[in-house]
Amino acid sequence: MQIFQTDLLCIGAGLAGERVAIEAAGSGFSVVCLSLVPARRSHSSAAQGGMQAALGNSAMGEGDSPDVHFNDTVKGSDWGCDQEVARIFVENAPIAMRQMAFWGVPWNRVVPGEQTYYKGGKPFTAVEKTENEGLIHSRSFGGTAKWRTCYTSDGTGHSVLFALDNRAAQLGVDIHDKTEVVALIHDGETCMGAIARCLKTGELRAYLARATLIASGGFGRIYRASTNAVINDGGAHIAALDTGIVPIGNPEAIQFHPTGIVPTDILVTEGCRGDGGILLDVNQYRFMPDYEPEKAELASRDVVSRRMTEHMRKGLGVKSAYGDHLWLDIRHLGAHHINTNLREVKDICETFLGVDPITQLVPVRPTQHYCMAGVRTNKDGAVYGLKGLFSAGEAACWDMHGFNRLGGNSLSETVVAGMVVGAKVVEFLQGADSVIKMSAVRDAFAKQQQRVTNLIDGVNGRENAFAVREEMHDALVKGAGIFRNGKDLAESVETLKGTLARARRVGLASNGIGANPELALALKIEGMVKLALCVTQAALMRTESRGAHTREDFPDRNDRDWLNRTLAYWNKDGDELPTLKYETATPSFELPPGERGYGGGKIIPMDTPPKTGKNKA
Amino acid sequence: MSRTLTFNIFRYNPQDPDSQPHMEAFTLEETEAMSLFIALNRIRSEQDPSLQFDFCCRAGICGACAMVINGRPGLACRTKTRDLPNEITLLPLPVFKLVADLSVDTGTWFRQMYQKVESWIHTDKEFDPHAKEERMDNHLAEEIYELDRCIECGCCVAACGTAIMRPDFLGAVALNRIARFMIDPRDERTTDEYFDVVGTDEGIFGCMGLLGCEDVCPKQIPLQEQLGKLRRKMALAAINNKLPKFLKSPS
Repeated sequence: MQIFQTDLLCIGAGLAGERVAIEAAGSGFSVVCLSLVPARRSHSSAAQGGMQAALGNSAMGEGDSPDVHFNDTVKGSDWGCDQEVARIFVENAPIAMRQMAFWGVPWNRVVPGEQTYYKGGKPFTAVEKTENEGLIHSRSFGGTAKWRTCYTSDGTGHSVLFALDNRAAQLGVDIHDKTEVVALIHDGETCMGAIARCLKTGELRAYLARATLIASGGFGRIYRASTNAVINDGGAHIAALDTGIVPIGNPEAIQFHPTGIVPTDILVTEGCRGDGGILLDVNQYRFMPDYEPEKAELASRDVVSRRMTEHMRKGLGVKSAYGDHLWLDIRHLGAHHINTNLREVKDICETFLGVDPITQLVPVRPTQHYCMAGVRTNKDGAVYGLKGLFSAGEAACWDMHGFNRLGGNSLSETVVAGMVVGAKVVEFLQGADSVIKMSAVRDAFAKQQQRVTNLIDGVNGRENAFAVREEMHDALVKGAGIFRNGKDLAESVETLKGTLARARRVGLASNGIGANPELALALKIEGMVKLALCVTQAALMRTESRGAHTREDFPDRNDRDWLNRTLAYWNKDGDELPTLKYETATPSFELPPGERGYGGGKIIPMDTPPKTGKNKA
Repeated sequence: MSRTLTFNIFRYNPQDPDSQPHMEAFTLEETEAMSLFIALNRIRSEQDPSLQFDFCCRAGICGACAMVINGRPGLACRTKTRDLPNEITLLPLPVFKLVADLSVDTGTWFRQMYQKVESWIHTDKEFDPHAKEERMDNHLAEEIYELDRCIECGCCVAACGTAIMRPDFLGAVALNRIARFMIDPRDERTTDEYFDVVGTDEGIFGCMGLLGCEDVCPKQIPLQEQLGKLRRKMALAAINNKLPKFLKSPS
């Protein structure tokens, strides 16, 4: 057994993982980051649009403040978020953006004077103030009252990740890439690190750590059509769920982004619509203002995705060999704007569609994009159930997004949560001494070693892991897409129970030697199906519509019975279904439940309206 | 329209004592808009689940899937089969250590590169969380981003004559990185300090000017221009260092 020892073990080396790593390394602690891919290939790098922070430097962001950002975030979440966490987030976001600038991010800056911008496809001018020249600029994103999204062209995630990884290299953060976590080491009370498989040699290793952080991104790849990178398959969520004591928060809260391209499901940024792009139907008619007169294409993502689906169901989508889609039109933004500020978009359209967005329409439809769902933590980022275990970024349910997150808020969350949770991890490391129980390490290691042997030898059967994955994909599409209903969800849950049984009988067709990819899938397919069951079962039980969770049979937002957060546990290994518990959505209400101002829909109010009070962090 | 494509793929698993390096042929019916991402995943799930290759974003953004495609380094996810003949030969990138089949270890190579060129902002300033950000001209921010767009796919290294001959050569990716920091006013390194890093045969003076790097860069980063500028700047610095003190320009 090869053993590595460190103060902090980060599972994931994207923005959230590296930001926490930097905080710990900067305080003199040793840090190892495990990553499926070299750090800079993490899925954070694919985030194009930007990061929300109320800097208020731009003309269209004038008068912005953390308070306005807070209101947008809570409304966006459809009141599903933890308002204390949302407050911590909005207050810290401007500091985090400036810190990124300090570490080298080439943010786009304010250019003074009269500038032409677009809203709803129409140009208008705004005057950028001379005194703000050279400060960080911002663009418009959906569901926001102000232009608040800081950006670097349309490569924001890429440039911030490069700046952070540079900083991590400077501080000597140790990155073990091509390494995949398969289990957490714990004794039922304390997390002591993880068992991981080296994806260069295939060997299993034990990483012993005083603190462990899950920052592995989302698990969107349990869906077939996802904008996510292929690595976002929930490996670390599975390790957390498998402890039996760590819950997944709000597993039913899954976001569909309005503009995945058809085919291939690659994302084109919300910045397209933020910068003035519009959506057209089969008749090249702009339909969004009919549904959402106020916000049109810039309502929150859940609303736009629903309206698009609704419109296509009326037969107004464009037929194609890959199913119906709609058009995204950015032609009016002009060659200069597209070539500089929407350059990745142009590249993606040209390469993957053979479409030039300067002169042609882009085929798009809503596609799985983001997990508000995640490993449940408290406001310090400490995971429920195990001491010494933390989580941040998309992997976590911290929970500032509730049932829908705003564009630009997740990328921002990675570095803000990284900063906040990083400080808490440092506090934890400076505090109590920890004891590593070698018996727990040996047990965890032996168990994983046994699983590998069983899969190679076909001890439990020879089910094909790829085929099991297909069945899971089908069941999720049927029940847990944009529109959900009790009947389809119940069917999906039944199907998935069978899928889970099949997953438990998986065995390899190949020899499993080295970094064998079949073994990688076989090791996590059972866990992926468990995650799929958490999503569908929680969606079946939640008999209301809130944010991205839309029940056709329960269209109202029900604050009376469902203003809460689902906690999904997998109590015992052999269980067929998760055990669901619920907790209040927020410990206090700074902003009492109300109308979002877009999306329509009825609200069943709480029996006793909550006391409100500003509770600034 | 449907063609039958033959993929000749390099196979070798160093972890398997029975494995010998060889080429293996797989055939697939071509489908509409087929990319190498689609093709290789189909081969893995339908024909040989042990086939190793690297994909991540599958959108040309992360740089994970570089390989040698019919003799030319490129990103597999961006490569459409319709642009290729019926016979497609796939090899792992040279220079980088082989993991198995088409998978190579780029992570280790790049991390040692960051340390060699000290790929970070050098400053004596401390971050002040209460202060506004330092101002920067937007045009300069765009120029920095232009060079920051590199995705570290390794194509430029694999296509470099010098990198293949001498393992200590920094490669275009590292020289571009230095160029990026040189134009960034937040990095306080002097020309002399940059000279220490790249003013050698391992650095800019090792470049033979073949410019395969520029030809294969999937992000069209202007490497030729950057290498040219860097060479001129470092040559001037070298001359300046030979001058008597009173003639020297400050660095």
